[in-house]
Amino acid sequence: MTSNTLLPVDRQAVTDRSRGAGEPEWLTELRLKGLELAGELELPRLEKTRIDRWNWTSIGLPGEVKRAAGNEGTAELSALLPSEEHRGNALVQRGSAVVHRELADEWKAKGVIFTDLETAAHEHAELVRPYLMKAVAAGEHRLTALHAALWNGGIFLYVPKNVAVEVPLYASFVADAAESVLAPHVLIVAEEGSSVSYVEQYQSSGTTDGEQVVPTVAEVYAASGAHVRYASIHNLGPAVIDVAYRRAVLERDARMEWVVGEMNAGNGISDTTTLLNGNGSSADAKVICVGDGEQRLNLVTRNVHVGKATESDMSMRAVVREAATAIVGGITKIEKGATGANGQQAEKVLMLSPSARGDANPILLIDEDDVKAGHAASVGQVNPEQIFYLMSRGLSREEAERLVIYGFLAPVVAEIPIPELEKQFRQLVERKLGQ
Amino acid sequence: MLVAGTMHFQIEGLRANVENKEILKGFDLTIRNGEVHAIMGPNGTGKSTLASVLMGHPKYEVTAGAVTLDGENLLAMSVDERARAGLFLGMQYPSEIPGVTNADFLRSAINARRGEGNEISLMKFIRQLEGKMKELEMNPEFAHRYLNEGFSGGEKKRNEILQLMLLEPRLTILDEIDSGLDIDALRIVADGVNSMRSEDRSFLIITHYQRLLNYIKPDFVHVMMQGRIVRSGGPELAERLENEGYEWLREELGIEIDSEDEAVGQKA
Repeated sequence: MTSNTLLPVDRQAVTDRSRGAGEPEWLTELRLKGLELAGELELPRLEKTRIDRWNWTSIGLPGEVKRAAGNEGTAELSALLPSEEHRGNALVQRGSAVVHRELADEWKAKGVIFTDLETAAHEHAELVRPYLMKAVAAGEHRLTALHAALWNGGIFLYVPKNVAVEVPLYASFVADAAESVLAPHVLIVAEEGSSVSYVEQYQSSGTTDGEQVVPTVAEVYAASGAHVRYASIHNLGPAVIDVAYRRAVLERDARMEWVVGEMNAGNGISDTTTLLNGNGSSADAKVICVGDGEQRLNLVTRNVHVGKATESDMSMRAVVREAATAIVGGITKIEKGATGANGQQAEKVLMLSPSARGDANPILLIDEDDVKAGHAASVGQVNPEQIFYLMSRGLSREEAERLVIYGFLAPVVAEIPIPELEKQFRQLVERKLGQ
Repeated sequence: MLVAGTMHFQIEGLRANVENKEILKGFDLTIRNGEVHAIMGPNGTGKSTLASVLMGHPKYEVTAGAVTLDGENLLAMSVDERARAGLFLGMQYPSEIPGVTNADFLRSAINARRGEGNEISLMKFIRQLEGKMKELEMNPEFAHRYLNEGFSGGEKKRNEILQLMLLEPRLTILDEIDSGLDIDALRIVADGVNSMRSEDRSFLIITHYQRLLNYIKPDFVHVMMQGRIVRSGGPELAERLENEGYEWLREELGIEIDSEDEAVGQKA
């Protein structure tokens, strides 16, 4: 997997598309640099997962961006929103096209920006440029490089100083045709003292998604005292390779909360990192996945403590059934100088069949003495004592197992900030569990 | 002989192994409707094993004997079938089930007994739950906490009695329900059990200490040693055991203390 890699697009195609969309020159340059790096760099090396054996040939040329928002049928759109009341604060991207984009006047009046990133690159270049592909660098590996070259649609969410956005902002990303690749980049900038909840859902539209790779990157910048909640549900089809690199950078006293539900039917990479740079910043990450069929899943959550008195917590849960494999890694890194830091993590994997495989890898990397850190990890099957207890109250074995497995995932499900979405997510989990 | 309308729980010649070691060695007991039986005995004599075997714990292997409830073969039933037939085991160490709220679990358990199409209405359930929790002096927030997770020993025991009161079983087995309870909690738990006593319910109370029997008055007291009942009597038997220990009985019966029994007994 080295120099003879065939790239899905060439310089000319990237240049044409970028110029054709009227993108600013700096963005065209950023894309071309990404493409160049993609030709030089390797795929990322993941713990116990041979992603070089996955089918990467379908990272394709992004289709033409249809700019006209509002061309989505009302019924189709409704199906993609948690409920009608969210229509006014939502964005929908289907393939490479952004088909719905609204933000209530109330928030616009306060200076909040919630639009697709391509539009933002035109209209708010001064806010986008200092941040885009800075937390996640194009040069990290081939997938980030390709993302830098190919990303489309996406989100730009900007919350001005001391503005608290009291409703969750919602994005729906739909993979629906192989010739129009879904590759959103989510960029959230929360200024000093602001707060916001952002919720996104990835899904495949019917059976038409075909083979494709959905390479996504999310970057969150939380300034002093800002509080960002980011909930992400991934429900892509069996032929999709889902690549999600999420990274938050926290300044002084900022807080980041991640809630991630990996419910895809295909292979996936899920990497969620928080850099606790500012003193007193804190992070909480809850990540769950359910793997079935032949799925190969690799999930990593990483909290990097740089500032003093920083606190982080992570909880990762994976349920694997049939012949699925989930590799779950938690990394807590405490840098020299991060005195008073406290980093905790727990990874738990539940295996429901003899051919399901799971692995939990807790890692603590600590370069400072005056800190607290803890980890817990377990890999196992459903505890027979729990099943006996529930059955002794009259529940059938199936019902008892359902409760135990569901309970295993519940702490994350309960954190989805939109009630309608929590209900959908609950149903999604049950379907993935074959119930 | 089975009297019509009278519940009749019968254990005959029950033998059971755990990991190929025989623990129950020919256990016999008959419990009729409305009766409260207590089983006492030193630790390590098979009391808790008896409770687990009757409920159908998969760790134990029944090698001989019969257990019937109203003439029905309990040993042929799965754990949940036994529960739905009217058996309830209040456990010494109830499992913790993270992520499942107490209320959700209790409602599922009640509905499992009532059967499909006959589910309890939400309002009725909430009313019952709140009423029983009040009787047990439980903080209402326990309804929304995850089942037994992070509960203290005493809270877990109260939660067992809460389930007993909501599920209204016909035969209740309480396995060392008094262990780890302070005197106030013991009184509350005992009051809960006593409120359930009736003509058509019976109880099998397993305990290491006579103290519980001051609060829940048994009709019969049995002493278990070496995997079977070695002496039966009334409440006075429990009092004598409390005052004099088990030594006199061992001597009368010519039972040697086996080293394992003693080791466990001294720990308690």
